[in-house]
Amino acid sequence: MGERWIGRPLKRVEDAHLLTGRGAFIDDHPPVPGVHHAAIVRSPHAHARILGYDVSAALRMEGVVGVITGDDVARHTKPFSVGVAAPVHYYCAATDKARFVGEPVAVVVARDRYLAEDAAEAVVVHYEPLPAVVDPEKALEPGAPVLHEAVGSNLASHRRLVYGDPERAFAEADVVVRERFRFPKYGSTPIETYGVLARWDPLEGVLTVWSNFMGPFIMHPLTARVLGLPENRLRFVVPPDIGGSFGIKTSIYPYIALIGLAAMRTGLPVKWIEDRREHLLASSSGTDRVAYRELAARRDGTVLGMRFRWFDNVGGYIRSPEPGCSFRPTGNFVGPYRFQHLEVEASTVMTNKSLTGPNRGYACGHLYFETEGMMDRLAETLGMDPAEVRRRNLIPRDAFPYRTPTGGLYDSGDYQAAFDRALELARYGELRREQARARAAGRLYGIGLALAVDPSVSNMGYVATALDPQFRAKPEYLPKSGAVDGATIKVDPLGRVTVVMATTPQGQGHRTVVAQVVADELGIRPEDVTVVDEMDTFTRFWSISSGTYSSRFGSVGTSAAALAARKLKAKLVEYAAHLMEVPAGDLEFRDGGVHPRRGKGPSYSIKDLAGRAHWHTQSLPEGMEPGLQVSGVFGFRVAEAVDAADRVNSSNTYGFIAEVMAVEVDPETAVIKILKYVTVHDAGTIINPMIAEGQIYGGALHGLGGALYEELAYDEDGQLLTGTFMDYLVPTASEAPVIEIAHVESPSPLTPLGSKGLGESSSMTVPAVVANAVSDALAPLGVRITELPMAPSRLWELIQAARAGAVARSTP
Amino acid sequence: MSVPVTVRLTVNGVPREGRCEPRKLLVDFLREDLGLTGTHVGCEHGICGACTILLDGQAARSCLMLAVQADGAEITTVEGLARDGGLHPLQEAFHEHHGLQCGFCTPGMLMTALDLLRVKPDADEAEIRAGMSAVLCRCTGYHGIIEAVKAAARKLARSATEGRT
Amino acid sequence: MKPPRFDYHAPSSVDEALALLARYGGEAKVLAGGQSLVPLLNFRLARPAALVDLNRVSGLAYIREAEGQVRLGAMTRQRAIEFSPVVAGRVPLLGEATRLVGHLPIRTRGTIGGSIAHADPSAEYPAVLTALDGEVVARSPRGERLLRAGELFRSYLTTSLAPDEILTEVRLPAAPAGAGWAFEELSRRHGDFAIVGIAALVVRDGPRCAMARLAAAGAGAVPVRLRAAEEILEREGLGDAAIDAAAARAADLVSPDSDVHASAAYRRHLTGVLVRRALHRAAARAGARG
Repeated sequence: MGERWIGRPLKRVEDAHLLTGRGAFIDDHPPVPGVHHAAIVRSPHAHARILGYDVSAALRMEGVVGVITGDDVARHTKPFSVGVAAPVHYYCAATDKARFVGEPVAVVVARDRYLAEDAAEAVVVHYEPLPAVVDPEKALEPGAPVLHEAVGSNLASHRRLVYGDPERAFAEADVVVRERFRFPKYGSTPIETYGVLARWDPLEGVLTVWSNFMGPFIMHPLTARVLGLPENRLRFVVPPDIGGSFGIKTSIYPYIALIGLAAMRTGLPVKWIEDRREHLLASSSGTDRVAYRELAARRDGTVLGMRFRWFDNVGGYIRSPEPGCSFRPTGNFVGPYRFQHLEVEASTVMTNKSLTGPNRGYACGHLYFETEGMMDRLAETLGMDPAEVRRRNLIPRDAFPYRTPTGGLYDSGDYQAAFDRALELARYGELRREQARARAAGRLYGIGLALAVDPSVSNMGYVATALDPQFRAKPEYLPKSGAVDGATIKVDPLGRVTVVMATTPQGQGHRTVVAQVVADELGIRPEDVTVVDEMDTFTRFWSISSGTYSSRFGSVGTSAAALAARKLKAKLVEYAAHLMEVPAGDLEFRDGGVHPRRGKGPSYSIKDLAGRAHWHTQSLPEGMEPGLQVSGVFGFRVAEAVDAADRVNSSNTYGFIAEVMAVEVDPETAVIKILKYVTVHDAGTIINPMIAEGQIYGGALHGLGGALYEELAYDEDGQLLTGTFMDYLVPTASEAPVIEIAHVESPSPLTPLGSKGLGESSSMTVPAVVANAVSDALAPLGVRITELPMAPSRLWELIQAARAGAVARSTP
Repeated sequence: MSVPVTVRLTVNGVPREGRCEPRKLLVDFLREDLGLTGTHVGCEHGICGACTILLDGQAARSCLMLAVQADGAEITTVEGLARDGGLHPLQEAFHEHHGLQCGFCTPGMLMTALDLLRVKPDADEAEIRAGMSAVLCRCTGYHGIIEAVKAAARKLARSATEGRT
Repeated sequence: MKPPRFDYHAPSSVDEALALLARYGGEAKVLAGGQSLVPLLNFRLARPAALVDLNRVSGLAYIREAEGQVRLGAMTRQRAIEFSPVVAGRVPLLGEATRLVGHLPIRTRGTIGGSIAHADPSAEYPAVLTALDGEVVARSPRGERLLRAGELFRSYLTTSLAPDEILTEVRLPAAPAGAGWAFEELSRRHGDFAIVGIAALVVRDGPRCAMARLAAAGAGAVPVRLRAAEEILEREGLGDAAIDAAAARAADLVSPDSDVHASAAYRRHLTGVLVRRALHRAAARAGARG
């Protein structure tokens, strides 16, 4: 057995070019002859009817070659399909009304970006301002301004999902705990913004779009339809490097349509690079949510059931893949707990805020912030230790694979072991003693816990949970399911191996990881494997779910690479058997070549076989395809369509996260200091621990941003208050806590390598663990955190209110 | 005047020249007029630091300077770090310690770290964190970056000592 | 986010710069370090007809002592101030405040004159100037005049400098021997503008406090000199009770606004907390005798 590469912290092959300034990001794209630059005119109003445009002055300005307005958009494109039944007409730019500040209303194309911005200021748009609404609950009140007249209200979608018998669970409960939570609107704001370069070839009828998109995903077919192009006439090309995405760049596709339209209308190649102001105003973010939670339990701490009532704010339109904000975690609604009775009432609400979509931890940050907050309230109600309450409710290790009441199939896990590891690493008992000492000294010291099932590889089918079962039962309805990825391995005539992927990495080191996987499979060294990872919808394999999102790569991308390698090995064995004139069953592939299973005998290295296969095709057995190029497409059989009872296995592999955090709150300034933070992950087989931990560090900081710093805050009139990086507070190195990481490995039975995804990782647990730790710190004052981010000013107001309340209560 | 101006400067040791409007930002001039796309644009208001370059040896935001202001200046960009076909010790440290993921902030990180370690070769972890707070990264959680700068500081200190003996 | 068009001038002398300002009759802006002005240009929130760039004016970057003051040329970079032995020895409060101004790459270009003329009430330098009751030298075609901090800052981002006037020098009284100082601030992130910042300087005289200087950043439309709080210390000394009383008084002296980062009430409260912390640090640094 040769060296094994999986499990080793191999340094990345991606680094050299990025470290030397030779990255090839969208804005570095080699010059396209005649390229012109777009500037987008955006609505200054949160809600306004568009009465007309005057582009004459802009068209007269230096270097301007064209202006596209909402009229052109309405005339030459179709609205995007939306994931709900409500008749929401979402075009790539405003046509009748502007529904959020920053919504595109026109595009100016000019010789360079400076001139385009000059002319954008000269575009006159006549607006009739309308009243705005930004709060998802207020938007549903009678008399609230209605954004979409055709819908008739601001409710884009409403579903009531019932699993088990929640009525009975609540009736039989010893205790019922209730709470209202607010989760903020924030986004991962990658340092590279969106970019699109579109070129229209009218003679061939092909629109080529280069873009730092992480698809094609379902967005390619949506966009082709909008532009009236056959899918094989719309070419998406992703540049070799993407400067981060974290889900946010899923939502670039309306701009692909808009800039594509500009290229088609002007007949010129058009480039648009989003600037930071545009990004904060109008790219994408997670939803802000108001959640009402109820939890029913027995006196011994056993959770019997839960009720979720959600108001997710998707902004001015519902943009696909929303309402994933509610339904992406359907299969793991219950998290790591074994209760069977659940009622979920999910309202997706449109308001005059910017649009939403996947953001790292898509919908799970919300889910666990609430659930883990409820577990702490239960512990407090029963006077139990929060660790003990959780332990009593965990799905036991012998229950895997575990079918959740909502249809999820948890493939593997040992939640107790991982949780125990976290408690042990954090020295939980010692932390509690330290807390007792600190409290005795009047300090506000708190310990938080958070557990989460970390879903990876979304099953396309979950989105249909948003639709009524009656709607889904119609004969014309096409059920949806699946999660696939492909890989191709080529062996050249001298036996060198090239792997071709199209997984649109954004910094996750896919090339390094694939080289490790293939090196292990073929018994060669990773440096002898060349990995190409570039998406071009005309030349690469892709399907409806292709792309990097929902932590797919570690699970499905690596599986495709392993599958292709295994198919190649099988072919090599078959070929060698033919050459040796022995049954293939007597041979096996190991140590970089084909060898007899038992005893000594002749063997063939990959190089030997490659040379013969390429140079001497006559030597191939009857029926074997010439060449040594093998493709593998991996798909999950467990990705099934949602059933009539709204059960769906919304992801394909499910990891686990257990976290412990200790904090101290300055009683004077309300500044939170993180004293200890431990995170334990079970993502099955870890292929490259260095890269895996990089994902955890990064994910944790995204969670911390949402918990303490970042918010796309709006005033009542729908104006964005945090539209710059001065006000939208991305944490810096000084805010980043020290993180202790450990792994537990429960290999997935569903993937060839046992691996699962973990790209979203702690982004989904940190809001919960910080909130719980701070709540625990402030427990002596009776303050519970129900809203994020916990800015010191807001926290201080809570502390003040609690103190005033205590004074009021103690005063007769 | 807003008529085009000629900008002559030295970039990575090479004299360069271009013509642009006075309003053109230095970062756009480097990228578009001189073809040096290693320096990145991230926010254009001086917060993210992706565009950080060395201006006469000191780290500065190239999105907060006009190209015309750099006339006569010596500029170092990320393309000028590696020498003789090998990586600079700082680049090596970023590779060793997983100090980059997507690589978009990396040029700014490197140029900032270079200046920081020149000003304060013995910087401790808190000082390194404070110094590197000048550049935003969304991938790494800064862990690998801080480890890399710490390692580079040790490496550079060693080579400085060896250089003296 | 590209700047609008403007005329650009890079004069080599202050006189030339003044002539250019006069020529544009209030439509030109002075460009110093550019760390605040260029963002405003990129956002197109500032639209001057012309920029008069002081970066090629010779003789505006210096740090020197004269008549018990430290005098800093307006174009002295914050980075030069950070590493200046004169500043460290004679106006250490300025040195400590400087390390809180943005980040090192910002301080490479940012200047003391630019920061003060920009008059952001949350910025550190205007608070230091206010606490120390420093002066600035302003030149115009009418000649030179001296403005004290209290005369300079008018409102948020607004000074009493005339459109044809250039701030050429900042003068800060050198700290008396044995003075203690502290710049205490709370910001959301490292390097951000302060939610509230407090500049403090005290001089001990035996059990008494011979002099106290306090100013707050982020607690109103202009930096606020906390004279009534200073008087408590000068009357009652630097004991804990006096410091507490001064801190409580300071909180009453400010009238902060609310914004997305902090409420007015929190800023007022923080003024008291940070005054107390600043005074404890300053007092600990202050020698036994002035």
